[in-house]
Amino acid sequence: MNAAVLVFPGINRERDMARTLRIVSGRSPAMVWHAETSLPPRTDLVVIPGGFSYGDYLRCGAIAARSPIMEAVRKFSADGGLVLGVCNGFQILCESGLLPGVLMRNAQLKFICREVYLRVERSDTPFTRGYNAGQVVRVPVAHGEGNYIADGETIARLESEGRVIFRYASPDGMIDPNWNHNGAINAIAGIVNEKGNVLGMMPHPENHVEDAVGPTDGRGLFAGLADHLAKAA
Amino acid sequence: MKARVTVTLKTGILDPQGKAIEGALRSLGVEGITSVRQGKVFDIELESADPARAEALLRQAADKLLANTVIENYRVDVMK
Repeated sequence: MNAAVLVFPGINRERDMARTLRIVSGRSPAMVWHAETSLPPRTDLVVIPGGFSYGDYLRCGAIAARSPIMEAVRKFSADGGLVLGVCNGFQILCESGLLPGVLMRNAQLKFICREVYLRVERSDTPFTRGYNAGQVVRVPVAHGEGNYIADGETIARLESEGRVIFRYASPDGMIDPNWNHNGAINAIAGIVNEKGNVLGMMPHPENHVEDAVGPTDGRGLFAGLADHLAKAA
Repeated sequence: MKARVTVTLKTGILDPQGKAIEGALRSLGVEGITSVRQGKVFDIELESADPARAEALLRQAADKLLANTVIENYRVDVMK
């Protein structure tokens, strides 16, 4: 795995992400500053971590989405390269147009920092091959704007094309408004683009990979990616 | 030349901030308000003195950055 983690001013989860990538794949990622105009050679995974890029000025992710490195990410993804955006990374992907829709203020108006349960909708993607479809995983969230919304036509397309990858669920995998902590439409926690090579998700799988921390349900995502990339290489 | 771009949420998009302000106004005893929607105002100064060019430029700015047209509308006003 030759991962590149993008670093924007105001991002604060890049070291968690780098640590996880190193632990799971055995290789430290390249840290790429937002002002760069190209990705390191042989990059096979771009990760946009969480945080508060540009202090969430204007709209979450809006300024970062227009930074120089994002042009390189756009090309990389057009060529089929894998891109993972977590939390602010998901917001940046939506603002850049690489993913549809937008992440609005949580319905309850509160910043939510807690563990949630996600139902993995598909296991046949490079991001979720480490899981089984229907499996429930426990991972943390920490966001104020995670309430996913798009126009009705886009939502219908996402659903009919099977592009919703993670949904907020109860511990036994039921979709229930009581477990949809931010009010996202259809309990959407993570989606992929049309080609399936760009994933955006609000929860933080990178924080649940080490026994010392607690659950290790996040490991499957990174282990699956590492396995996918090893086979592709 | 001066101009103003006003960005507002599209109809039907939930505006929790507007709702919170609405509730706060009610609790302050400000009567007669039926709804509040929060938006953004950008006051912009331009090099150009040509209103048509200014408007085109500001539309570009709004489409590219100032508004997220998935959820927001915008209005451009060039001050004479």
